[in-house]
Amino acid sequence: MNTYAFDQELDCTGLNCPLPILKTKKQIDTMESGQILKIVATDMGSLSDMKAWSKRTQNELVSHNEDAGTFTFFIRKN
Amino acid sequence: MSKPKRLAIIASKGTLDWAYPPFILASTAAAMDMEVAIFFTFYGLPLLNKKIEAKVAPQTNPAMPMKMPFGSENFQNMEWPIPNILANNIPGYETMATAFMKKTFAKKGVATIEELREICVESGVRLIGCQMTMSVFGFKSDQFIEGVELGGAATFLEFAADADISLFI
Repeated sequence: MNTYAFDQELDCTGLNCPLPILKTKKQIDTMESGQILKIVATDMGSLSDMKAWSKRTQNELVSHNEDAGTFTFFIRKN
Repeated sequence: MSKPKRLAIIASKGTLDWAYPPFILASTAAAMDMEVAIFFTFYGLPLLNKKIEAKVAPQTNPAMPMKMPFGSENFQNMEWPIPNILANNIPGYETMATAFMKKTFAKKGVATIEELREICVESGVRLIGCQMTMSVFGFKSDQFIEGVELGGAATFLEFAADADISLFI
C-alpha cells in the first residue's frame, strides 16, 4: 500500500455512517490547504462515501487501501 | 466558487427509527458543503425538544427486523418474528424495543440522535419548527433547543424553491 507523509491523523475505527464523514469534515476544516489527513475507518461503506465526499468537496483522495476490514485514506485538503 | 447545492427536508415522523434519516442526511449534506434546512412538522416537531424522548414503534413497521443486542454473534443475528397481535398487547413492548435499538446502534458505532442534531446545529443547518403544529399540539418555543426558527409552510417553501434536493421524511 502507498503511504504518505501526513499532517494529521483521524481514527474512525468502530464508527458507523455518517460519523466518519462528519469527523473528516470537522478535522479538514482545521487544516491548511495542501496538507494531508490520514483516516482509518472500519465502516464498510466508508470507501464509497469517502470518494463521494472528496468529489463533492473538491478535496483530493490521494490514496485508499483496504486490509482485513480496515480502510486507510489519505486526503489532501483543497 | 459556484453556488452551493441545497437540501430541503421535511421531517414529519417522530419515532426513534424515523428520527435518524433527517439528521443523518442533513449533517452529511452540511459536511458536503451544502445549504440545508429541515422543516419539523406534525410528529417530527418533538425532535426539536431539548430532551428527545423518541421511541421505536415496531407495530407500525411490520417488516422491522427484531434482534437481540446481546449474546453471541449468531444469537444477535437471529431474527425474532413477533406477530403484531402479540407486539400490540405486550405491556412495555415499545420501551423494550427502543432500549434494544439504542443498544444495538451504540454497539455498531452509530451516533445518537442528539449527537447528530448537535452537529447539524454546529454546521449551520436551519431547523425550522412548524408554527401551526405548535399551536395545534400545544408546544412552547422554550421547550426547543436554541437556534430553532419558527415558521410555516411558506417559510419552508421559500427555502425549498431553490433546493437541488427535496425530501419528505
